[in-house]
Amino acid sequence: MASASAFEYAPAPESRSVVDIAPSYGLFIDGEFVEAADGKVFKTVSPSTEEVLSEVAQAGGADVDRAVAAARRAFEKWSALPGSERAKYLFRIARIIQERSRELAVLETLDNGKPIKETRDADLPLVAAHFFYYAGWADKLEHAGFGSAPRPLGVAGQVIPWNFPLLMLAWKIAPALATGNTVVLKPAETTPLSALFFADVCRQAGLPRGVVNILPGYGDTGAALVAHPDVNKVAFTGSTAVGKEIARTVAGTRKKLTLELGGKGANIVFDDAPIDQAVEGIVNGIFFNQGQVCCAGSRLLVQESIQDELLDSLKRRLSTLRLGDPLDKNTDIGAINSAEQLARITSLVDKGTAEGAEPWSPECELPSSGYWFAPTLFTNVTQAHTIARDEIFGPVLSVLTFRTPDEAVAKANNTQYGLSAGIWTEKGSRILAVANKLRAGVVWSNTFNKFDPTSPFGGYKESGFGREGGRHGLEAYLDV
Amino acid sequence: MSDRLSVLKTYKLYVGGKFPRSESGRVYEVTDSKGKWLANAPQSSRKDARDAVVAARKAFGGWAGATAYNRGQVLYRVAEMLEGRRAQFVHEVADAEGLSKSKAAEQVEATIDRWVWYAGWTDKIAQVVGGGNPVAGPYFNLSSPEPTGVVAVLAPQESSFLGLVSVVAPVIATGNTAVVVASERSPLPALSLGEVLATSDVPGGVVNVLSGRTAEIATPLASHQDVNAIDLAGADEVLAKELEIAAADNLKRVLRPQPVDDWTATPGIDRLTAFLETKTVWHPTGSLGASGSAY
Repeated sequence: MASASAFEYAPAPESRSVVDIAPSYGLFIDGEFVEAADGKVFKTVSPSTEEVLSEVAQAGGADVDRAVAAARRAFEKWSALPGSERAKYLFRIARIIQERSRELAVLETLDNGKPIKETRDADLPLVAAHFFYYAGWADKLEHAGFGSAPRPLGVAGQVIPWNFPLLMLAWKIAPALATGNTVVLKPAETTPLSALFFADVCRQAGLPRGVVNILPGYGDTGAALVAHPDVNKVAFTGSTAVGKEIARTVAGTRKKLTLELGGKGANIVFDDAPIDQAVEGIVNGIFFNQGQVCCAGSRLLVQESIQDELLDSLKRRLSTLRLGDPLDKNTDIGAINSAEQLARITSLVDKGTAEGAEPWSPECELPSSGYWFAPTLFTNVTQAHTIARDEIFGPVLSVLTFRTPDEAVAKANNTQYGLSAGIWTEKGSRILAVANKLRAGVVWSNTFNKFDPTSPFGGYKESGFGREGGRHGLEAYLDV
Repeated sequence: MSDRLSVLKTYKLYVGGKFPRSESGRVYEVTDSKGKWLANAPQSSRKDARDAVVAARKAFGGWAGATAYNRGQVLYRVAEMLEGRRAQFVHEVADAEGLSKSKAAEQVEATIDRWVWYAGWTDKIAQVVGGGNPVAGPYFNLSSPEPTGVVAVLAPQESSFLGLVSVVAPVIATGNTAVVVASERSPLPALSLGEVLATSDVPGGVVNVLSGRTAEIATPLASHQDVNAIDLAGADEVLAKELEIAAADNLKRVLRPQPVDDWTATPGIDRLTAFLETKTVWHPTGSLGASGSAY
């Protein structure tokens, strides 16, 4: 992105040589890479260049059957292992992830398009931390508050999105294994590679065959997995529409279900907020991972009296963001994950403009190949506007104003979602009063988009049910 | 001894703290286990169900916002009132379930004790299921349970009073408000419970009691966009599946029918946690500095 500064940054690319991507990958079933039963494959591309990275086997119904059967066979022994032994496997996985974190960070950046700064400093440390955290639970489950002998559920079918491919895998697999379940996981069709590399991590860790199975594929693969009669637990992270479909699919069965769905987080800035910190938090809230975050702070609610000052600051800050090669260590904003997602963002932004909101972007040169969208903010937004109601899942911020704390709370809660919110104020009592009234599963005060394996994460209302992370995250995988 | 003609009671719904008849004007015949007529209970309509949701929503803010101590006091007051009406409920339960007086008395005593048990939970559940999380960084955060909102409760069909209270008390103990569909065949103890609630400091709308055909009332509740959760205890397998599918429309929290062999057994906290959300609130510790950035 062109900036007004006198000195341009020299390129500081991270080397690709640390990762060796094979020209093709199979499905990972029962400890082995195998071809899809019907021989289908699909290509995965780098969103920043549209370069084909690899060809990946595409799982169909027969492969789902095979993988679930393998997981079922593995379940008996895995669940009967002493917790202390399961713990050691998970600790091994955590350590191997740490050892290979640079390789995995580069891989994730190539396949997803997010900046290396984020995969290196956010995704990978959190992935390792989740395995470490849940490793320690494996031999302490009787102390977790779910009874003296909580039992695993069986085979977990897990479907994860493309925005944090490896982190979402960790959120799903770590608690499932710690509690004694076996898993069949479907990564997203645009980002299958890190899950397949994770299969190799399992191999290095000596994990028993069939405990973890990876089935790359599209939505129909996920649907077959969710509907499989021998799956005991379904965990899904993704869109609210698909989440509802899954809830209908498992209705009338004994399958336990947890859903982490969409959001339209409000970031509320009061007139006594520390402006500079709030601006950093707003940027982090909506431009982290190109805004492709379910808990993104996509609605800025700013107290009317400081609107001009805050927006000036925010625009100045946006002008310093660097968009471009995700492997460049100075890059703040990488590529949008896919052409399809780019089209969705573009169409919603066009709708925002058509409905009368005013878009603004910093002066910004987009690379000629790949999928890119300039950071954008909309002013003159009302609660009725589509861009204030629908999840955009891109680097697009809608700015609304309020006058009183009550109005801020009413506007923040005026959504079908209830995943996240932010509060910016110097006044502690106001933080607590407002946080109490917000209908959201995660509330960040004077910060935003913080994650930690010890902390439960999940939504109210149509943002889904169940929690991932922390002691609470165990419940989803235990017979309680 | 001269035969005195007894005064019969007109059973009415309990909605928003008032005792309306069904807006549909319909009633259905409630009989005892031997088929003897007991009363004409209101046969609620979809409109009654929607009115009850409106009342429950209106009551939610105040009830959820009350202190846990206050909710405990109010619930305990209900137990006091129940104790005073013990004889009435023994009579109603005996009729409803075809029990001897002594067996019915056992049920009613267990019910009152169950209510007292839940009254004591209001200010403890947050300590048991919430807590502080040791975050790796200059932050602290707290996870606290919060009520999920308006809960539709299909009371168990068989246990007209103990079963009813076992599913209603945990819902409101945690700050939710409830729209309760009474046992279809034996609704009278539930309708009488409404009278107890009305005189027990429970704000109007916190519990709303409907009687009628379970499937007819449950269907609009399961698809209602302003209902946040549903307990399917009183639904059979076919109806439960249908309602669970409808509930997916706004991702209601669904508690599927759980096999309960013995309602007198200590219930555990599953029914308390089934209708709770977990909210995690993060704060920076120490200097605000550049804490706005995750990079």
